[in-house]
Amino acid sequence: MIYIVNYGLGNLNSISNIIKKIGGESKIIDDVNDVKNAEKLILPGIGAFDHGMKFLNEKGWIAALNEAVLERKVPVLGICLGMQLMCKGSEEGVLPGLGWFDAEVKRFRIPADSSFKIPHMGWNALQVKKENKLIEIKEEEQRFYFVHSYHVVCNNSQDVLATAVHDYEFTASISHENMYATQFHPEKSHRFGMELLKHFIAI
Amino acid sequence: MLKHRLIPCLLLRNGGLVKTLKFSDPKYVGDPINAIRIFNDKEVDELMVLDITASKEKKEPNYALIEQFASECFMPLSYGGGIRTMEQAQRLFNSGIEKICLQTSVLNDLSLVKNLSEKWGSSSILVSIDVKRNWLGHPKLYSAATGKILDKKWTDFMLEAVKAGAGEIVLNAVDKDGTMKGMDTELISEAAKILSVPLVAVGGAGSLTDIKAAVDAGANAVSAGAFFVFQGPHRAVLITYPKYQELIQLLK
Repeated sequence: MIYIVNYGLGNLNSISNIIKKIGGESKIIDDVNDVKNAEKLILPGIGAFDHGMKFLNEKGWIAALNEAVLERKVPVLGICLGMQLMCKGSEEGVLPGLGWFDAEVKRFRIPADSSFKIPHMGWNALQVKKENKLIEIKEEEQRFYFVHSYHVVCNNSQDVLATAVHDYEFTASISHENMYATQFHPEKSHRFGMELLKHFIAI
Repeated sequence: MLKHRLIPCLLLRNGGLVKTLKFSDPKYVGDPINAIRIFNDKEVDELMVLDITASKEKKEPNYALIEQFASECFMPLSYGGGIRTMEQAQRLFNSGIEKICLQTSVLNDLSLVKNLSEKWGSSSILVSIDVKRNWLGHPKLYSAATGKILDKKWTDFMLEAVKAGAGEIVLNAVDKDGTMKGMDTELISEAAKILSVPLVAVGGAGSLTDIKAAVDAGANAVSAGAFFVFQGPHRAVLITYPKYQELIQLLK
């Protein structure tokens, strides 16, 4: 059973829908006390960095999530804003992040006259950078749907799981021990996303 | 890797799927859930659903139907039609929509765009702009809900929308809608030149060549209705979507 943290911000049904489609079980949790029983977590999120952190600050989620992820080592998958919140901080906001990854979140720096626009919105192929349990390394193009204006910059290159190119190469997925995160939306990436989530279920 | 999105645009009218010609004469083309299932199987890049009567008739979005769409969509889904408040947007996002598309409610006042993008991030907020050419052939900002040409310059409105927080602009050439006779590449190029956010061009796509022309003119994504639902000279209803490899070849 995967617990999906509800920030009140997002398209959580799309995550539970796809998990159901691939034969998994999930539950959207609104109550911070549920985190204690979590065996696996998804930290989703669309929206602005400070809105996300403010929500986690106010309701006591941070302590509960730290206990589950850092102490009990429950597998966790951050998606989009969820990935960014796992970092130390973001140029988008002033609040500190969860700090689970030694990484910062920066805005895309692309010249105004470039054909690459911000937000980076659309499908992009991944380059998988290390052996991992989430995304296979294979010849076939694996494409995923991205919608974001900010991207993660890791201080520790070992944390980079995959990259993609939008004007320049940026970090598209990160992992460290029990923690995984994707800047793209596996729940909106057809069979590619289904495969990724199947792997997460199997972890 | 395909860098440009091709987005089927489905028009809703009283819960049924229709296709218009130059924004009028809606023809019933089928059941939306069925269409969405087919598009999902065909692995389309993204889907856009617009309720074309919600604003005109001052109706609420059909939340139950939209939620059903979202549960069938394993690709991004945007919805437009009848959105006037933050509360409505919240309900739509809760239903599983990725992006919402605004037009009528923000033509005179872009504060809703600002408020929504502050909360959900600008990537989730689209502003759709309808442009109609007047009798001199000059492109003019058009209000689909009232059927009137507006005084404001369409390019000014577009840039103000981006400034307010729109993460993407959907540019619809009214005169080309449903014609399948080619897109307004002049208009697309004019918009692309001054936009910093992605541009979705709509109106007139009837072939892969038309789509390529729009991309060459600067569109980051192309959306179409008739192209995906009509086949042959008699406009028989049949849902199609080009193969991924075919698009890679076309747009490389």
